[in-house]
Amino acid sequence: MATDQPAPPAIAIRDLDVVRGDNHVLHGVSLEVPAGKITGLLGPSGCGKSTLMRSIVGVQIVGGGEIEVLGAAAGSPELRPRVGYVTQAPSVYGDLSVAENLGYFGSLYGVGSDRIATTIGTVGLRGFEGRITGTLSGGQRSRVSLATALLNDPDLLVLDEPTVGLDPVLRDELWRTFGELAKAGTTLLVSSHVMDEAGECDELLLMREGRLLRQTTPAALREETGQQDLGKAFLTVIERSEQPS
Amino acid sequence: MSIRATGATARRVLLQIRRDPRTIALLLVVPAGLLVLLYFIFDGQEATFQKIGAPLCGLFPFIVMFLITSIAMLRERTSGTLERLMTMPLGKADVLFGYGIAFGLLAALQAIVVCSVGFVALGLDSPHGAWLVGLLAIGNAVLGMALGLLASAFARTEFQAVQFMPAFIFPQLLLCGLFVARDSMAPALDTISYALPLTYAYDALALVTEPGDLGGDFAVDVLVVAGATIASLGLGALTLRRRTE
Ligand SMILES: Nc1ncnc2c1ncn2[C@@H]1O[C@H](COP(=O)(O)OP(=O)(O)O)[C@@H](O)[C@H]1O
Ligand SMILES: [Mg+2]
Repeated sequence: MATDQPAPPAIAIRDLDVVRGDNHVLHGVSLEVPAGKITGLLGPSGCGKSTLMRSIVGVQIVGGGEIEVLGAAAGSPELRPRVGYVTQAPSVYGDLSVAENLGYFGSLYGVGSDRIATTIGTVGLRGFEGRITGTLSGGQRSRVSLATALLNDPDLLVLDEPTVGLDPVLRDELWRTFGELAKAGTTLLVSSHVMDEAGECDELLLMREGRLLRQTTPAALREETGQQDLGKAFLTVIERSEQPS
Repeated sequence: MSIRATGATARRVLLQIRRDPRTIALLLVVPAGLLVLLYFIFDGQEATFQKIGAPLCGLFPFIVMFLITSIAMLRERTSGTLERLMTMPLGKADVLFGYGIAFGLLAALQAIVVCSVGFVALGLDSPHGAWLVGLLAIGNAVLGMALGLLASAFARTEFQAVQFMPAFIFPQLLLCGLFVARDSMAPALDTISYALPLTYAYDALALVTEPGDLGGDFAVDVLVVAGATIASLGLGALTLRRRTE
């Protein structure tokens, strides 16, 4: 029965290789991101998380491998309205107000002012509409950047370290927002170099030095390593991966 | 290309400029101010002021637009906003024409101000009509914009971008015939000047601000400037990459 079959993955990557300048950044990465869930992409700084995300949204020149996103090749024009991407550094216009930034991105997506107002509420920036984005704090700026990607309610959200530099309360609120989006059917791929956040995810991708170490879940990772703390569990996985088996 | 996305981009660029009073001053006040300065430098030497000041009215927009566009596009490239736009439902042509329309409008304003000051207040002559100088000024501004867009691809910082002024714009200004007639330069320089677009921009302005027939030379000048604009816009479009390293 068709209804019993698992939904096809939102992202399927096979043998992805990326070279940036003189650096061989990704080495034969293969993975699947399930639809309608939050998948955490975790690994230390410099391991290739941003490069992998850039490849998924189709802005990275890739050396080899296949990336299928929502059933189409990564970077296909038909994916552009369906995939929201938030870069690691906030990519909004610092000299425009919050409302003007969202107004611009909103008009590119063809969404109206109601939707813009709702989205400003979603990222907790109500009352800041008139502020010049460049004068906001780093965390507020990254939420403006996040809001621009939420505007058109995409099927897939690729968020590069969206919670970095946020205070714990805000971080918590954002993860709750991500949970609500996933419940409503959005697929989220969220990167972080902080292992604490792994517990918020349904599915985990553990990366190190351009390689995927594990595709797992928080529960399975705890069980595999016998560590309750996910940060320690990740360390255990790294240690084991370094021992010749 | 879509009218909505192009229009939204033009509006956004204008909003950014509006937020920056110094840039507005550079656009509208500085050229007219320099013309007044020139008027007093050539105190009582009406013929010299006419010979240099009149064509300069149509060259200022070229210089200013080159400067502003190279910096503005560099910011788009380095701030991540261009990468972001390239993942959105927006064509490269929307970006190019959005900038073109916004800066074209500003160039028109600039031309009106500088031509009013020059041809009305300071008594410069334009035997073929000041409006024609204004039109040429707008065309030159679009050329400056196209070259600035192209140049921005070869700079990594704003510091490098402003270096294009002394490196590429000043030589063209010196060789175009504005200060010294080209046929009295060293023959090699005269030959080189044929390869520089500003030479034709100046030549058209010189013809329009002197009595006598416009003739076929004027048409050639206008065509060369138009051709150089289209060529640099085309090359500039090639530097707007969806995928980068
Ligand atoms: N533009 C670039 N050119 C060359 N190397 C790069 C470039 N960007 C990143 N790298 C290198 O690629 C590796 C992975 O970077 P990145 O994907 O940003 O990692 P992460 O997001 O996990 O911190 C790093 O070693 C980094 O130095
Ligand atoms: Mg990163």
